[in-house]
Amino acid sequence: MRPVIPYVVAALLFGAGVYGVLRRRNAVLVLMAVELMLNAVNLILVTADTTVRATLPHGGQVFALFVIVLAAAEVGVGLAIVLQLYRLRSSVAIDTVRLDAAPASELDEPRVPR
Amino acid sequence: MTGADVLLLAFGAVAVGSGVLVVTTDQLVRAGLYLVVCLGAVAGLYLVLTAELVAWVQVLIYVGAVVVLLLFAVMLTRAPIGRSPDLNRPGGPAALIGGGAGLGLSALFVDAFRLTEVDLPAPGNAEAIGTELFRSWVLPFEVLSVLLLAALVGAIIVSRPDIGSRP
Repeated sequence: MRPVIPYVVAALLFGAGVYGVLRRRNAVLVLMAVELMLNAVNLILVTADTTVRATLPHGGQVFALFVIVLAAAEVGVGLAIVLQLYRLRSSVAIDTVRLDAAPASELDEPRVPR
Repeated sequence: MTGADVLLLAFGAVAVGSGVLVVTTDQLVRAGLYLVVCLGAVAGLYLVLTAELVAWVQVLIYVGAVVVLLLFAVMLTRAPIGRSPDLNRPGGPAALIGGGAGLGLSALFVDAFRLTEVDLPAPGNAEAIGTELFRSWVLPFEVLSVLLLAALVGAIIVSRPDIGSRP
């Protein structure tokens, strides 16, 4: 097994993820690109686990499992934020969100509990 | 070039190809379906790399749960079916940085590993990973469970603005 193959695959996947995060306007697509980057890191962890003989065996695979759980938590919270953004603005285009001004009128209006 | 190398190359080509399609396609739902292909190919890479448990957890959590969540989000934000012309920003800097990161890291790895060969270790099946997880990594495991609970509560609070905003 030549470890250079999965390492290069992981590097290219990470590059694709970076490109997607910077290029996409739709927040859901940005989350998908972040998933690509997390997968690239997982692939590097698993490959390193098979190539490096560490004192703690299978440490890389355990870390890959941890990263998968973190990705699940991240996508849950991320989608909650995206849906809230859509409820406030009827749009998920992230480059129209102003970071320096809170939408005061929308946040202050009383809401009917759903 | 052994059989494992051929399988790694095939799965890697599928993963990179569908990964590029995820970030370049014009149709939202197709991006999610290409993501399924990409994550499945990465699970195949894990299987070839003898990480059995990680491969099946990848199929369960990523392909089963995360992609379904993302497709739910696509539907809940009323994304149009078909081509959407407004999904992208101008792509010059993104292509520069993304391509630079991918190709630069690739060059780094190729320079570091060349064509060295390693033997595949003992398979990381559920018994081996479970033993290691609950012998050496118990504390991070428990902290992770607390973090999942915090993420659950946080997602509920974020999506229900009527909970925290009352005086």
